This record gives sequence, C-alpha cells and structure tokens, in this order.
Amino acid sequence: MSSIVVKNGLVMTSDGSTTADIVIEDGVVTAVGDDLTGEISIDASGCWVGPSFVDLHVHFREPGQEWKEDVASGSAAAAAGGFGAVVAMPNTTPAIDAGYLAEHITNRGAEVGLCDVFVAGALTEGRDGKALAHLDDLWDAGVRIFSDDGDSVADAGLLRRAMEYLQARGGIVAQHAEDSGLAAGGHMHEGVISSQLGISGLPSVAEEVIIARDLQLVELTGCRYHVQHVSTAGSVALVAAAKDKGLPVTAEVCPHHLALDHTLVLGMSGSAKMYPPLRDESDVVALVAGLRSGVIDCVATDHAPHSANEKEVPFEEAPRGVIGLETAAGVVNDAVGLESRAFFERMSVAPAEILGAAAHGQWVDLGTVANLVVFDPTEEWVVPRHGASKSSNTPWAGKPLTGRVQLTMLRGVVTYQKATS
Amino acid sequence: MSLLTLEDMNAVEITGLLDSAQNFLEVLDRPIPKVPALRGKTVAMMFFEPSTRTKLSFDRAAKALSADTLSFSPSGSSVSKGESLKDTAKTVLAMGPDAMVVRHKATGAPWRVADWTGIPVVNAGDGAHHHPTQGLLDALAIRQRFGSLDGLHIGILGDIRHSRVARSDIDAFTALGAKVTLIAPRTLLPPTLDSWNVETTSDLDGLLHDLDVLYTLRIQQERGAGSGFPSIAEYVKRFGVTSARAKRLKAEAVVLHPGPMNRGVEIAASVADGPRSLITTQVRNGVAVRMAVLFSLLGGEQ
Repeated sequence: MSSIVVKNGLVMTSDGSTTADIVIEDGVVTAVGDDLTGEISIDASGCWVGPSFVDLHVHFREPGQEWKEDVASGSAAAAAGGFGAVVAMPNTTPAIDAGYLAEHITNRGAEVGLCDVFVAGALTEGRDGKALAHLDDLWDAGVRIFSDDGDSVADAGLLRRAMEYLQARGGIVAQHAEDSGLAAGGHMHEGVISSQLGISGLPSVAEEVIIARDLQLVELTGCRYHVQHVSTAGSVALVAAAKDKGLPVTAEVCPHHLALDHTLVLGMSGSAKMYPPLRDESDVVALVAGLRSGVIDCVATDHAPHSANEKEVPFEEAPRGVIGLETAAGVVNDAVGLESRAFFERMSVAPAEILGAAAHGQWVDLGTVANLVVFDPTEEWVVPRHGASKSSNTPWAGKPLTGRVQLTMLRGVVTYQKATS
Repeated sequence: MSLLTLEDMNAVEITGLLDSAQNFLEVLDRPIPKVPALRGKTVAMMFFEPSTRTKLSFDRAAKALSADTLSFSPSGSSVSKGESLKDTAKTVLAMGPDAMVVRHKATGAPWRVADWTGIPVVNAGDGAHHHPTQGLLDALAIRQRFGSLDGLHIGILGDIRHSRVARSDIDAFTALGAKVTLIAPRTLLPPTLDSWNVETTSDLDGLLHDLDVLYTLRIQQERGAGSGFPSIAEYVKRFGVTSARAKRLKAEAVVLHPGPMNRGVEIAASVADGPRSLITTQVRNGVAVRMAVLFSLLGGEQ
C-alpha cells in the first residue's frame, strides 16, 4: 500500500491540536511531524484533520426499500460526508430482529467497503412492540444498540424486560421517544405554525413523557439508555437531570434540529417533514446549548432517504424523514460553530465510544488506525441537488453551507475525495 | 394570480371582491342569468374531497360567466387507481384549462397545484387550512344585513381546530373590522392561538347577549372532532344553537352555518329555518362570490 502524507492540517492528537503533517502507511498513522513525505501527498492547509465521523442513526433501507437507498449508496453518502462508521436502523422490510439479518447488512457494508456499517437490532419482534426480538442472536451477530426506531416501545412492561435482559451484557436500549396517543395524527410540531396551517401536530410533550418514563425504568434496571434524535428543550432538561443523577444515559441530536425550526413548514415542502419534527426556535437554542455543554453527547443524522416522487406530494401525505449524511458536518459547523476539538468530540469520539467501535473516534496519534477525515471549516459551498445518496430529500439542496469535507479515509484507504474544480 | 387564502388580503381588496359579487347577484336575478364575460375560457373543477354545494356553486358561477367547465370525481377516476396529485394536475393541465378550482383533504395541496401548473388556482378548501371563497360569501351575507362588518361582534362556534371555514372567516371578518370571539371547548380550539387576532371562550351562554352574529360550524366527525368532547348529547347541551339560546341573542342578531348541517346537533332545525338564519343567503352569495373571483382571475385578459 502506498504511503500517504496529509500536509499542513490542524491535526487532532490526544495531546491537543497542532499544525503538522501526518503519514499513513498500511492503514495506520506512522508519523506526525513537520516536513514529512509520502508517495501520495494531500494538502490540508486550513483544514482540520481528525477521526472520521461516526453516525449512530442512519436508514439504509436495505432490505426492502432499495429504491430509496441501499448499503452501497448509503455508504457512499456516508464517505462523502466524512463518516467512517454508521449504525443502520432496523426498520427495514423485514425488520432486523434476528442475527442473520444483522449479519447480512454488516457483510454488505464490508463488501462495499466505504464505511463500517454497524446495525441496530430491533427491540421487539417485527418491531411490533409485542414480544422481545431475538436479542441474544442479534448480540452474537455483533449488535450492541437495540431500538424500534420509527416507533416508541409503548409497553413499559416490555421495555422493562428488554432493559433487564440487556443490562447484564451492557447492551444499549435506544428509544425513538414519541407517545403514540399524544402524537396521533400529527405531521409537524404542534404550535403556532401547525395551528395556522390546520395541520395536526406532534406536541413536545409526546417526546418528553416517553423519555421521563424511560428514565424511571433506567433507574430501576440500570440499563444503558440512549435517547435518539432529541428535539425539545424539555427533553434536554430531562437528559441533563438524569446525567446529574449518574444514570447511564446518552443522547443524540440531528443536524436539522440544530439549524431549522418549524417555520420551514410554511413552505409546505416534503423536505421539511421528519419525526421528530422541526420544533420551535426556543428548542433549537436549547439543543445547540445542549450539544455545546455535552448534555447531548453527539450528532446523529437520522439520514432517511425517500424518493422524489414520494416527497412531491402535499405535506401531510409525504413520508417522514430527510437525508443528512452529506451535509451533516457543514450544517453542524454552520449552526453550532464548535471549536475543532469539541466538533470532533461530538461528531466522532463520543458516538464511537457509545457504540464501542474501538477503531473509530480515536485522536490522531502514532499507531492510530487511519479512519480519518479532512474537513475545511471555512469553505463555502452550495449543496448540490443530487449527491451520492439515491435520494435527494434535504432542505439544504441548492443552499449554501460553510464547512466542507475534503477527504475521508477508512483504514488508510481514501473513500472520498472532493472533486477538484 | 391565484386565490389561495385571504390571509394576505386587506379590507380594500376584500371589499372590491364583495362589491363585484354584489353586482353579479344582480346578474343572477335577470331572466337570462348569464353574461359573456369568460366566453371561451375553461375552468377545471378538481374536487379530491366530496363536495356538493361548493362544487355546484363554482360550476354555476363559471357557467353564468359563459365559461366551460371540466370536472371529475376522485372515486371514478385515475385518482382511485393511485395517480399522484402532481400527475393528475399535469394531465388536466394538458387539456388546456385556463384555471383550476382545487379542493383537497391535505393542507397546501392547491399551492402545490399552482406551482406545478403555473395557471390560476382557486382554493376551494384545503384540509383544515383555508376556504377563501367561503370567507368571502360569509362576509357578504353579513354585510348585506348590517351594511358593514366594522365594529360587529361575531362569535364563531364549534370545531374551530378542524375548520378551514373558521380560518378564512377570521381572516375576512377581522380584515373588515369585526371583533371575533371563538367559542369552543379547549379540545376544539387550535393548540396555539398566539398570533390570532381573536378572543376565546368556552362559555357560549355568557356571550349570547353580546353577539351580532353567531356563526355555527359543523361538527366534523370525519376530521376527528368527535374525540374532542365526551358525547354529542353533552356537546349539544353546552354548545348547541337551540331555539332557547337563539332567543337570548340580540333582537337583530343573525345565525350563519356553512353547511352541510347536522340538524339537532350544532344547530336546531327551528333556528336553521327561522328568521335569524342567513343560511340560504350564504348559498346564493356563494355563486356570486365565485363569479367575482373567477372574473378577477380570468376576466382581465380580455
């Protein structure tokens, strides 16, 4: 394998950030210093060089909905967004509720080779919320995060059993917090805009009552618990209080919830529709503050591809979800403005640690596995209408962002390099 | 130009349309109630939701202006075979209409059709969002009785949460200077009313003596209104416009209802058919208002 030198970037080492060159050989970082050379040279002047991003929440739609996305196109989108590892959600057809299904997806990810594809297993069989999924079988297939994402586990008794069962092994229960009764019929955030549009809303409290209930069960069972796509100020407060108590709780936030609010729905575009919905401006402020402070551990995209014809319908009839892998870093950089180390903490180090992915989220030192990203925090660019994903349902299509991924590397192999214009 | 909402219209613009409608009412009284204003124009009636009065009213209005009409009903058409709204709109567009009248159960559908087709669209009711011609015809009925809406106190009663009529009525009534009070249990009010220029109460009986107009909305079972109160009987007891309640209104006060009525539920038959009722006036105004709207969108090109 040829040696690669990445020159003049701000390198995120475990001792701090330093402007330096790094050399990558045989998939690991073999030198950090000045005036280094290699067979392939990459200029990273003005860029941050750090561990490639880790996304705990993507939908690759395989198996069952490959017209929206598949492991190959999703992996390409991940690489283009600077990601080295993703966790594919199990709300596929069939749902990933057994080990062989999880293995299939992991293997597909390895075949494609553009990012490490981890799998979240369903918590309940068929994601029906009635009986436990094949948790041991999934565990043996390498699954560490369990979720019925797309729906909450409504039955608290069943959730308690899942937590008790997984606690001893260190598994994580991840919850899409949405009370089905409070959210019934909702298409957007319940508030001033939904009232004006006459569209039924998902109130903030629909998310918060589930988190509050679940945290009581975490206290009872001691199971690790991860709140998916936190979207309200109240949820941030609940997570903060749980962490103060010392409960084993983590949380993620989506780029779109950090940058946009429900006024976007006034345009009635399908690209403004996702669950949880875009909330009030005050929620956006609380989420940004939560990510800065670390109450919210990490960013996760909830990358949810849908084809153009599925989204090009009246708002209430549009399926939920937006894609996010290729814009995540730029959006977070724009909306939150984290300094470089905090940026990599939230985008890579923390999610890798939650996932237990040892080769990811490592500061760039001698001997570190070269899962790296080169990110220019100042480049201004316009998001193309079509990217590497099969789908293009993003509110940022055609919109400007500041901060762009230049290069992504997986075990020393370049998986994405920005086209030189 | 399209007519999708009254939200962004001021008193002068609304008054202009009402004046025009008043003139068309005179046309409808003629022995031959037809003028050649839109001869050669074609209006497509795209009703994706059931409708009797609005559809007939637009059809009558277009024909009274000598326009041709195209129409379909979703149950017997390609829509029932799963055709998308966009494809249906493009298909109808290819037949060359000059304007479309769109009713759809989803908020915003007429806006999407206007974007996709580029021709004038009249919103004939979208979801629980807007129904601008209803707002105009209601304002016209009240203006005919009182001369002006300025300073009137109008109570809008019932399922405001699920009502496109209420949203357009509020736009029209407040633009013309009326004070509007929404009367409903909390469950039938929109979740947030922060930006609304209205007052609210759940005490109908306490307000009756102060109202010039009592606008009664239909309980829309099909939109889930029924889950907003314990039973029809309890709703009628607290919010039904019974003859006893009608007697407690001011002497000159009037009662309106957009139809179709649930007689004996939100309004008693004796009130609907009684001297305070403007219900048939509303229907008649509907034709004239839609003539005014179609003429304003298509008449200027001649």
